[in-house]
Amino acid sequence: MAHGSSVAVEQYNYDIVKKFAIMALVWGVFGMSVGTWIASELAFPVLNFDIPQITFGRFRPVHTTSVIFGFGGNALFATSYYVVQRTCQTRLYGDLLPKFTFWGWQLALLLGVVGYMNGVTQAREYAEFEWPVDLLITVVWVAYAVVFVQTLRRRSQPHIYVANWFYMAFILATALLHIFNNLAVPVDLFSTKSYSLFSGVQDAMTQWWYGHNAVGFFLTAAFLGMMYYFVPKQAGRPIYSYRLSIVHFWALSFMYMWVGAHHLHWTALPDWTSSLAATFSIMLLMPSWGGMINGIMTLSGAWDKLRSDPIMLFLIASLSFYGMSTFEGPLMSLKSVNALSHYTDWTVGHVHSGALGWVALVSFGSMYHMIPRLYDTKLWSQRLVYAHFWLATIGIVLYITSMWVSGIGQGLMLRAFDDFGNLAYTFIETVTFMHWPLVARALGGAFFVSGILVMVFNITMTIRTARQEQAAIEAKIAAKLARAGA
Amino acid sequence: MTELLAWLGQPEHSKPLALVIFFLIFVGILVYVFTGKGRKQRLESYKYIPFADDEREQKETDNE
Repeated sequence: MAHGSSVAVEQYNYDIVKKFAIMALVWGVFGMSVGTWIASELAFPVLNFDIPQITFGRFRPVHTTSVIFGFGGNALFATSYYVVQRTCQTRLYGDLLPKFTFWGWQLALLLGVVGYMNGVTQAREYAEFEWPVDLLITVVWVAYAVVFVQTLRRRSQPHIYVANWFYMAFILATALLHIFNNLAVPVDLFSTKSYSLFSGVQDAMTQWWYGHNAVGFFLTAAFLGMMYYFVPKQAGRPIYSYRLSIVHFWALSFMYMWVGAHHLHWTALPDWTSSLAATFSIMLLMPSWGGMINGIMTLSGAWDKLRSDPIMLFLIASLSFYGMSTFEGPLMSLKSVNALSHYTDWTVGHVHSGALGWVALVSFGSMYHMIPRLYDTKLWSQRLVYAHFWLATIGIVLYITSMWVSGIGQGLMLRAFDDFGNLAYTFIETVTFMHWPLVARALGGAFFVSGILVMVFNITMTIRTARQEQAAIEAKIAAKLARAGA
Repeated sequence: MTELLAWLGQPEHSKPLALVIFFLIFVGILVYVFTGKGRKQRLESYKYIPFADDEREQKETDNE
């Protein structure tokens, strides 16, 4: 057995963790497949098939919602419920409330996705849910906060481990962001259409204050919580420096809130706001790299684990991508660089180096560590974990490099002038140029999806094996009892 | 007092003031975290918390 945890299975609420972990994979497969489909649509528009529901405009929020809130969100619910129980050494608060968070979250996602396909959206990036779903999410989120805080309050450990600080910051910041960015007035009580409370540049600024902090607190802080627990556990050694993790937490929390306006360079936004956001973006490099170094140095003196442990490969590669994308982000936030990169595929590539390289890889690594422990068994196949790792890595590299080629090329072409001051290229020439990079990007996506399919197969077999082992143990006990009775 | 409140009520005053306060708090955190031998040992001891659970489970399994 991976660890003698029959005691743990009863002591902790693992049932809810299992539910969220499985749904993370379900949404992951769905969302990433949709992503690959829309990437293919951009390369080969015929794939729209003139069906409105699956055109790029409607399918794109289906993809982003499914992977960010479906895959990422469910992985965060699962790991936060697991980590808070194990580091506080207490059972999760309540039984009904965690179940409510599970069903409420799945319902919100389903309603959102079906709505987008049918044109129901408030057209705010990463916050496309219309007001009824927003209200549902608010209630679920409050329940989540109650479960998490109450579990912390019942802890056996006097100190709250740093991973929980990151999860707590994620819960609080997401609540704040969700409420303020979704302040809207419905057309009427029975209409799904609403209009934002803000207008013009203030509306844009609220949206990108939300948008970038969703990256900062949903896709970064929370997954750092994951990292601070699962990297040490998988490495079998404590985090490199606990004091650095404290500074990492506070620096990240202080700085992230200021940077959203870098999404609006060269717009109607006041210039000083733009510069302030760029300055804080550059400063963010320090805590980001501090955290990355803290995670990677945990392996200091045990680098050989990278040769023998594929789960460690996932976790360390995710930190490397975290370092890379948190270097690229500040670079792109500089106004001069942004003049080239904005509105091009470079941005899409940057987002995916963070989303696939950091978020998805750290989630895969954590789930490979956690799921066998939930079922008190071992992974069915280590080889398949290696296969998944390489499929995912090749996919990410293909994706990022093709988007660099496409984006930088597109940016250079769009602002090239001839000797007479006329645009050197027509728009259609930039589109023609981007065709092959877009094909390569879709191929990268296909690699990544095939990787998660391998994982799903491996996890399914792991769970089946665990159930067979459990059934065999129960049969043995029953036979012993029967003999004792006779 | 009323004048002070009125001064603070203006965003061009309250925002830089908030920034200074946050900065000083952050410097305070840095000083707190990286000074004191006893504190260093106490803070670094917390990094073993994720492993405390395994030790307890092992003991309970041994006792069974």
